[in-house]
Order: sequence, then structure tokens, then C-alpha cells
Amino acid sequence: MFVTQAFAQEADAPPTSHALPPSDTEAAQHGETVQAEGGHEGGFPPMNPQYFASQVLWLAIIFTLFYLVLKRVLVPRLAGIIENRRDRIAHDLEAAERMRLDADEAQAAYEQELAEARQRSQAIGQEARDAARADAEAERKRVEGELDAKLETAQARIAEIKQTALADVGTIAEDVAESILTDVAGLTVSREDVAGSVRAAKS
Amino acid sequence: MANDPIHQFQIHRLIPIEIGGLDLSFTNSSLFMALTAAVGAGFLFSATQGRGLVPGRLQSTAELSYEFVANMLRDSAGSQGMQFFPFVFSIFMFVLVGNLFGMFPYFFTITSHIIVTFALAMTVIGVVVGYGIYKHGLSWFQVFVPSGVPGVILPFVVLIEVISFLSRPVSLSVRLFANMLAGHITLKVFAGFVVSLSALGALGIGGAVLPLLMTVALTALEFLVAFLQAYVFAVLTCMYLNDAVHPHH
Repeated sequence: MFVTQAFAQEADAPPTSHALPPSDTEAAQHGETVQAEGGHEGGFPPMNPQYFASQVLWLAIIFTLFYLVLKRVLVPRLAGIIENRRDRIAHDLEAAERMRLDADEAQAAYEQELAEARQRSQAIGQEARDAARADAEAERKRVEGELDAKLETAQARIAEIKQTALADVGTIAEDVAESILTDVAGLTVSREDVAGSVRAAKS
Repeated sequence: MANDPIHQFQIHRLIPIEIGGLDLSFTNSSLFMALTAAVGAGFLFSATQGRGLVPGRLQSTAELSYEFVANMLRDSAGSQGMQFFPFVFSIFMFVLVGNLFGMFPYFFTITSHIIVTFALAMTVIGVVVGYGIYKHGLSWFQVFVPSGVPGVILPFVVLIEVISFLSRPVSLSVRLFANMLAGHITLKVFAGFVVSLSALGALGIGGAVLPLLMTVALTALEFLVAFLQAYVFAVLTCMYLNDAVHPHH
């Protein structure tokens, strides 16, 4: 809307460059010096003091409103959002840190358990080894004892057999001597004599 | 008139108002101030509507401008200066949106009028002086007396400080005003060359390519200037506010 109006004024203005442009006529009627800067229509517009009061007033109104809206509504909103995010990130980081500590703790507990288990297994192994060795030792002793006993029995039997055998030798010698005397020499000797001679020869 | 590079700065009455002999009409300048404020506030409002934890594009832009101004203010005026954040943010957004509005063809550039930029600069200086005296009393005037200066040359130093302080609103307002004015005039002049050259037949149309390229390049430059001047205005505002908060330097 303002653009079309500007155009309308633009269309009106050019031929009357020595006269006041339409928007300046009112001011001229109020006796203001419109051509203060000279040259261009109504002076160099950005420096033209004609609208200074209006611009300052409207700037004051609008900028104050803008400032108040920002201060009351928008800055707290933005600050809230950013603060919220910062809190959330800090909170999450804290939680992550806590979880890491938990994990470390669990790891340490696991390691400890593992070490204990290893120790225990070694102890059990040692025990088993000791028990087995003790068993083997006992078994060996028992077997040795048995073998000793058997050996003794066998030696006793050997001694007995030897005794018997030795005793038998006397009888056999008497028999042989009697047989020889009787069959070869044709002598008749009493059994007691033979036995006595054998005994004398033996000793 | 269509080629007159000054015409774009002309002010027209839309609603004539006169009080006590003062012309307080609602003009096209007032309309564009209102549009600037409405678009600036509307943008921030709609951008923060979602209140997303993970920001979208629009919200990112709004947050970016917020953080941008907040960092600017914190860097130059410290955390004590943060109480002025809404003020600096308003100035920045108002000037930025006003400058960018000027980039639309047929739109009025509010910051191309010295009185507007001067009023904004005076507001800044008024806040600096007002808050400085309110907060520190008369000892605020020590801002003009740098410490560690020998007594002999102290009066000259104070004089220089006072002059530099008084020239602040002038430099602040003229910088913004002159940049916008000169940029828009240049843009219009080169665009006018395109039109007048292309009216000269085939050769003219060929020749019009050069000012057309220039216009395209200048348009990009003007967008940069629009942002840069808003930034400069805001950053200087922050530095001046630092004097209000910390007068002893």
C-alpha cells in the first residue's frame, strides 16, 4: 500500500522539482522551512530536519515496545531454552559419569572375584594333590608291610622245609648205608649202628 | 525520478499528525520501524515456539544470535554487564533487521537517516551515563581521569577523554548512517546504469552487463555491511556499557 502511494507521489513530483513535492506542501503551509538544506526537493532527505520530531517519536515508541517485548518475553524464553539444554547436558554427563563409575566398580569386583576363584582353585588343587600323595604313601606302606609279612612267612617256611630236608638226609643216608651194607657187603648190621655211624660221619 | 538515487530516502506522511506545531506524522519511516520491530520480535517468537531441546534451523538461528550478543557483552563488559543484555540484544536485532529490510527493493531503510541512528546512539550514551551516575554517584566521572598519568599533563588527558566521550554518539551514529546511505546510493546508481545503458540498443545491452555484475556484487557486499554494521553498533554499545559498569580503568 505504501509502495503504491510512494509511486503515486513519485509520478506527481518530477515536473515540479522547483515546487514542493506533495508531502511537503502541508509543512510549507505550516510555515516550516522545507528547503533547509537547499538543492534537492525538501533537502537531502536523510538530513532533512522536517521529519526529525516524527522519526524520534516513533522510534522511541516502537523501540521501547520492541525492548519491552524482548526483555519480558523473548529473552527469558531464549535464555530458558538454552539454560534448559545446558542443564540437561550437564545432567546427562553426570549420569554418564556415574554409570562409568558403576562399570568400573563392577569391573573391579569381577576382577577380585576372579582372583579369589583362581586362588581357591589352586588351593583345592593343592589339597587334592596332597591327599592323593598321602593316599599313595599309605597304600605303599601297607603293601610293603604285607610284602614283608609274606617274606617272613616264606622264610619261615623255607627254614622249616630246610629243617625237614636236613632231617630227611639222615634217614636217607641210613637207608642208603644199610642197603649198601646189606646188598653189597652182605653184612647184617643193626639199624642203630648204621644210624650212629651216619651221625658220626655227618658231624 | 526513477533513477534518482536519493529518492529511496524520501519520507512520506501516511497518517498526518500534528501536535503543538510539531509534525509527528506516522510516515513510511515509522511504518518500517514498526515492521522491523514486528519482524524482529516475530522471528524470535516463532523461532522459540517449539522450545526444542534439539533446535531446528530457525531456533538455531535465534539461539545463535542470542549467544553471539551474550558473548559479545560478556567479553567486553563482564558478567556485571549482563544486566544490559536485553537492551544490547534489542539494539542489535533492531539495527540488524532494519538494515536487512533495506535490502528489499522499494523498502525504506530506517537506519539510513541520521536522526534514527543518532537517537539510538544517544539512547546508548544516555544509558551509560545514567546508569554510571546512578550506580557509582559522582565518582563515576573518574572515567575521564585515567590512573597513573602525571599531574602536569592530566588536564589535557582529561580534556581528550571528555572530547572522545562526547564524540562517541556522533561516531556511533554517523558510522551506521553513512554506511547504509552510501551503500544504498551506490547500489541504486549502478542499477540505474543498467537501465540507462540497456536503453541504448544492442551495444548498450552488452555494456550493461558490467554494471549488472557490479550490482550483484554490491548486493552481496551490502548484505555483509548490513550485518557488520549491526555487529559494530552492538559491540561498541557493549564497550561503552563497560564504562558504566567499570568506571575505573
